Amino acid sequence: MRTALTVLRKDLLLELRAMETVPAMVLFAIVTFVIFHFGLNRATIEGQLAAGVLTVTLLFASMLGINRLFVAEREQGGFDAFLLAPVDRSALLVAKAAALFTFLVVLELVAVPAFGLLLLGPPLGPRLLGLIPVLALADLALAVIGTLVSAIAIQTRARDLLGPVIGLPLLIPALIATARGTGPLLAAHTSGSPPGKWLAILALYDAVFALLAYALFDFLLED
Amino acid sequence: MSIYGRGLRGLAIVTVVTISTALVLVFFYAPLDADQGFIQKIFYIHVPLAIVSLCGFVLGGLFGAGHLRTGERKWDMRSYVAIHMALIFGVGGLITGSTWAKASWGHWWEWGDPTLVSFLIVLLLFATYQPLRFSIEDPERQSRYASVFAVVAGAFVPMNFIVVRLSQEFVHPRVLTLTGGNLPGPMRLTFVVSLAGIALLYATLWKYEMAAKNARGQARALRRALLGDDAVRPLGRSAAPS
Amino acid sequence: MADTPAIELRGLTRHFGERTALRDVSVQVAAGATLAVLGRNGAGKSTLLRILATLLRPHSGDAIILGEPLPRRAFAVRARIGFVAHEPLLYRDLNGRENLRYHARLRGIDDGRVERLLAAAGMDGRAEEPVRLLSQGMVQRLAVCRAVLHEPELLLLDEPRANLDPAASELLEPLIGRAAGATRVLTSHDPQAALAEADLVLGLKDGRAVFVGEPGQLSGAALKDLYA
Repeated sequence: MRTALTVLRKDLLLELRAMETVPAMVLFAIVTFVIFHFGLNRATIEGQLAAGVLTVTLLFASMLGINRLFVAEREQGGFDAFLLAPVDRSALLVAKAAALFTFLVVLELVAVPAFGLLLLGPPLGPRLLGLIPVLALADLALAVIGTLVSAIAIQTRARDLLGPVIGLPLLIPALIATARGTGPLLAAHTSGSPPGKWLAILALYDAVFALLAYALFDFLLED
Repeated sequence: MSIYGRGLRGLAIVTVVTISTALVLVFFYAPLDADQGFIQKIFYIHVPLAIVSLCGFVLGGLFGAGHLRTGERKWDMRSYVAIHMALIFGVGGLITGSTWAKASWGHWWEWGDPTLVSFLIVLLLFATYQPLRFSIEDPERQSRYASVFAVVAGAFVPMNFIVVRLSQEFVHPRVLTLTGGNLPGPMRLTFVVSLAGIALLYATLWKYEMAAKNARGQARALRRALLGDDAVRPLGRSAAPS
Repeated sequence: MADTPAIELRGLTRHFGERTALRDVSVQVAAGATLAVLGRNGAGKSTLLRILATLLRPHSGDAIILGEPLPRRAFAVRARIGFVAHEPLLYRDLNGRENLRYHARLRGIDDGRVERLLAAAGMDGRAEEPVRLLSQGMVQRLAVCRAVLHEPELLLLDEPRANLDPAASELLEPLIGRAAGATRVLTSHDPQAALAEADLVLGLKDGRAVFVGEPGQLSGAALKDLYA
């Protein structure tokens, strides 16, 4: 645990210094909203359509973060530095997933209000409380799968291509659950609480893949 | 003969017999479906292909786990062959499913069928398996990473199926099966024999490819041992374990 | 205990796919001694160092480091090994102090040690600058600090003096030189420099150990042949 915190601190510090990943993700999301406006030719959207646009945008913006996650380790000897230390290697998975989760939360802090401003018909305010658990579970899914897939892709020749190409199909069940979980929330008339069924599915997805990733990560690091 | 070659001929014969029997049953024994007519008979190849393909992917995941646990390359070879055979059978399942949809409802794709849809997703995922392998040059790392992928993707198959199915409750369940889930006797028999035939075909092809790859690997090792490293041309980049 | 060799390699073999990087290498290094590994590029020196650093596992043969067999006991022995690698293993966007603190925290070493090392290497004045702005010599000094943070018993030195001017080299001598007291394995592009420091020499050619012995026993012709 201490190891994971050390690595996480290092990654957050690096991101604060370089300021590359999170700003890019945020800009990407906002531009995508603009593109959706023109692509759908709609001034406002609501309900399941809005849920789809929001979910898909967050998903694709996260791909930027996923692609960058292990680049510094690969190019600046970070893997060796970590592997030389007498630490539990799965801590790297926990740290990186936590870092990615943090980046996604920061992304959403900007992108969701932007979405409310630019595209969402019904007012965002009353819906925020309901959105938080869905997005939190979705971010967890993105963090776990993203870290796993990024760790696989970084060792290949086609690294920026393979990450998304493997990650997106893997994330489809999470995407389904997130979109269907937010759909009722973004409808014109909403109860304000997300459908329990989809939260449960997201939680199950997160649990299964988090456990699997934790069990398998060591094999990606050994040599 | 290697362990994969042993029994291969016997298995192949049993496969041919079973498939021939299945064909006979399909065309001459199974009754015509009242709603869909003759085209319904695609069911007897589509569903077995889908089932065997999905099982093949899960099997690939199990073999991958075996490789990770034991570190022996032969498990990776088994995983590779299982997955790539399952992919081929899967594409066959997708094509036959699409054909059936066209014939039954007039369009080539049907989002309302959870089996077809989750199948497409699974195929999209496993289509990345070979590019992933090809993209890693070091053979040991390639095997290890492919095994990790196989395990994750194998676990994904049932999860995906369940979630897609759950996502479709309010859509008209235009499911590509027959009335209810209960097949009348003659249809059930035909289906079971077809399923057995496709499963045997998968097993035969799997064994055959394993035998071929194994033989090639042994030939190379022998050449290297007898004639030295230089006598064996390097394989170059390859997606297949050697 | 004092008689246990620090490094025991017997028939060590490692492949990369079909290429054999190390073939049947055997050598014993006593505690506190310095082993020089000589050979041209591609001979297997880096592979050997990486196996000793527990970054690679041996494919066959025995590797017993500080009494612990690899790869089974790799985790146990990692804390006792320091590696000055070909790359500095430092993050370019962080400064020297942040980099060293990161490595220190991974090993449970306190910040005081970081400060003492920075001072010893003459880097305390430049410790707040991002590594990407430092000269190669300074980066190398930081890399050496990184490697000795945890006072390792075994030092693996891949070209430790690369980019160092004589003054810097002298500064680092107490950290990675003979006086440090650790068992050392070093490689160098300059065989003469390596031979001058060595108690034992391992000559590698195409992955095979073609010479194991004292520096005095290595003839000029044999040395030339190693690099041919």
